[in-house]
Amino acid sequence: MTPTRKKRLILVMMVAVGVAIATAIFLTAVRENINYFKTPTEVATGQYNSNSTIRLGGMVKDGSVQRVTDSLKVRFAVTDFEQDVLVEYEGILPDLFREGQGVVTIGKMGQEDVFIAEEVLAKHDENYMPPEAADALHQAKNKGDFE
Amino acid sequence: MLASVGQFLLILSLVTATVLTILPITGYFKNHEALMRTGRPLAYLLFVLTLATFLILVFLFVMQDFSVTYVWQHSSLTLPLRYRITATWGAHEGSVLMWVTVQALWIAAVARYSKSLSLSQISRVLSVLGIIATGFLAFVLFASNPFEITNPAPMDGRDLNPLLQDFGMIIHPPLLYFGYVGLSVAFALSVAALIGGQIDEKWIRWSRRWTNLAWAFLTIGIILGSWWAYYELGWGGWWFWDPVENASFLPWLAGTALIHVQAVSERKNAFRGWTVLLAIIAFSLCVLGTFLVRSGSITSVHSFAADPFRGIFILVLLGLYAGGALTLYALRVNQLKSTDAINLNSKETLLLANSLIFITATFTILIGTLFPMIFEALGKKISVGAPYFGLMFFLIMIPMAVLLPLGVQLKWHKDSMMPAIKALIPHFGIAAVLTIGAYFLFDGLNLRATAGVFGGFWIASTTVAQLIQFPGKMNASFVGMSVAHLGVAVFLFSMSMTEHKDVEKDILMKPGQTSQVAGYDFNFKGVSVVEIENYRAQQGTILVSKNGAKVVELHPQKRFYPKQQQPMTEADIYPGLTKDIYVSLGEQINEQGDWAVRIYIKPFIRWMWFGGLMMLAGAVIALFSQRSKRLEQRQVDEVMKNRLELS
Repeated sequence: MTPTRKKRLILVMMVAVGVAIATAIFLTAVRENINYFKTPTEVATGQYNSNSTIRLGGMVKDGSVQRVTDSLKVRFAVTDFEQDVLVEYEGILPDLFREGQGVVTIGKMGQEDVFIAEEVLAKHDENYMPPEAADALHQAKNKGDFE
Repeated sequence: MLASVGQFLLILSLVTATVLTILPITGYFKNHEALMRTGRPLAYLLFVLTLATFLILVFLFVMQDFSVTYVWQHSSLTLPLRYRITATWGAHEGSVLMWVTVQALWIAAVARYSKSLSLSQISRVLSVLGIIATGFLAFVLFASNPFEITNPAPMDGRDLNPLLQDFGMIIHPPLLYFGYVGLSVAFALSVAALIGGQIDEKWIRWSRRWTNLAWAFLTIGIILGSWWAYYELGWGGWWFWDPVENASFLPWLAGTALIHVQAVSERKNAFRGWTVLLAIIAFSLCVLGTFLVRSGSITSVHSFAADPFRGIFILVLLGLYAGGALTLYALRVNQLKSTDAINLNSKETLLLANSLIFITATFTILIGTLFPMIFEALGKKISVGAPYFGLMFFLIMIPMAVLLPLGVQLKWHKDSMMPAIKALIPHFGIAAVLTIGAYFLFDGLNLRATAGVFGGFWIASTTVAQLIQFPGKMNASFVGMSVAHLGVAVFLFSMSMTEHKDVEKDILMKPGQTSQVAGYDFNFKGVSVVEIENYRAQQGTILVSKNGAKVVELHPQKRFYPKQQQPMTEADIYPGLTKDIYVSLGEQINEQGDWAVRIYIKPFIRWMWFGGLMMLAGAVIALFSQRSKRLEQRQVDEVMKNRLELS
């Protein structure tokens, strides 16, 4: 093998190894950080992976918001009018969080079928519903129509 | 009435842009000088027309003409004058009109400051810029017309989104657009060169300064966006890896790769094809970004117009521009073959490595941004969490930080690796010592923060040494580069501190209660109601003190805008040299006046933006390079001489 060829071969191999490592890291990072969106019905019927973070979207059920006295802990139900999921969150809720409004909560399913949210999102526009929440309601409604 | 004039001018602009697209390039192909000469006047005319159109829209807002749909939707009788003006670009229609106006300004500037290009070159460049203007003007006219009339006109408007009633709104979008659209010049130049089938160093030298300027604007636009999000959104974050933020960051990354590769291809006949390709990628990412923002196809805090027709329109434009340019590239790439060999041990190699690192970062973030769309097409709804972007970007930037000083140290053409590395080794030691110092000074740092802080010291130490060491190189481009690289160092350090040493606390506070956070005492004095301009606010008073001495009194607000029936959190920030104290109100918890209060300590966060400003300053300083001025003057003389010979 001529020196130039050898040099090229080494270069190609280095690039190949680099690409392989990069791909491996990329796939791991993606797999660990993809959050699936779930509707309340899907969560209530157990269609989720209990170890991974999910996004649960729907409406905040009317009359369901409860504060725990002397703490920032709050509990509320997220509904698609088919099923409800109880959500627990500690912290400051977004400005537009309100009963009867669309919401997306990000977190994991905890004990006793309570969803532990790390983040609660409500869209910064009064007329606007988070698309995921709208979708959850839409799905539930369609299902209701078929039954 | 005035709206109809605006509408008419908009149509005239579209016609002018179309003519600009057709005439000069036709002249080029037929070698018809008079036709080629139409380019410059048409470019000026286009700018005058679009600017007039834009000013009419501003005027409609100032005059509160509610017969115009766009005006009543985004303004109201109580909206203060300054926000009526900025409301012009506060929503979709107006912001696209501003996009086009800014582009027309760039086109006019290109027409004006292109003496060093021959007529056949400038006619091609202007025609390609004309295509872009035509596409976006058509988009304004047919898919997002701001001059649509509502009959009968409502008595009052719906008001501007409270988040946009802010100083940040005045400057962030225009500057960002200057950067975004500015990259179209590098794109046009590449396409024009591909049409001609050859690209020489004059082309690249000329486009380099434009790219630098566009990159500088993009940098300041992104910094302002980050700063604005930090104080206005009330969550104290400065970067969320939100799709729309990524949309502005992607062209910046590709642009960074581009300006570094241009440094080589300007000097040698090497990497020319790569330069052209990067310019195409950078601008395509701008259009893609516009698509992401405007189509509403990705969940984001920014997506205000979820209109599929608009999305498809921009997607078609993207397909035309990117697809057309790439096709042309594929056809012509073998004519752009490098003739100069590149030595492995040279600055050129390291600059190539830089572009590869930045383009890898670009695509990693692009994939993460587009993943949700791909999954949605497969019927699954997902989102990609911020940790993905954070981790991937961190990993990709490690080789960048390690190699940056080496790239500066190595000489052009041919050098040897070992002496360069040896010269840098002492700085490795200095950086290590400083990092250990920082580790103890700030009570420990985690792995990522340590790496970031080390990277910052490493780049700072070497850059300062190189500035002192190469006195012969003390010209604007070397100083500019060094300032920008110091900006990278400052950014790395402060970003690591902000991200990993911040304190975030959500606390339930009773009136009179004092809570301690990070050594500071926060005394909550309760909340009172104030009325200001067009909103009512519940204003908290929080006395911050340290060891009994008063530091500052902060007044965060929970604002309520009656027109929009919308609450908004307005944080109050005590900006400090080494840390910000950030306080915002959550919600009232009970009748006794207890509030949820958010208290953040953000170390060195201002330095981060300052680092960005240094990168911007570096790019601007480099514009005053004597070398490029001298070379450009030579080019101008040459063009003049040719013209004289012809006549």
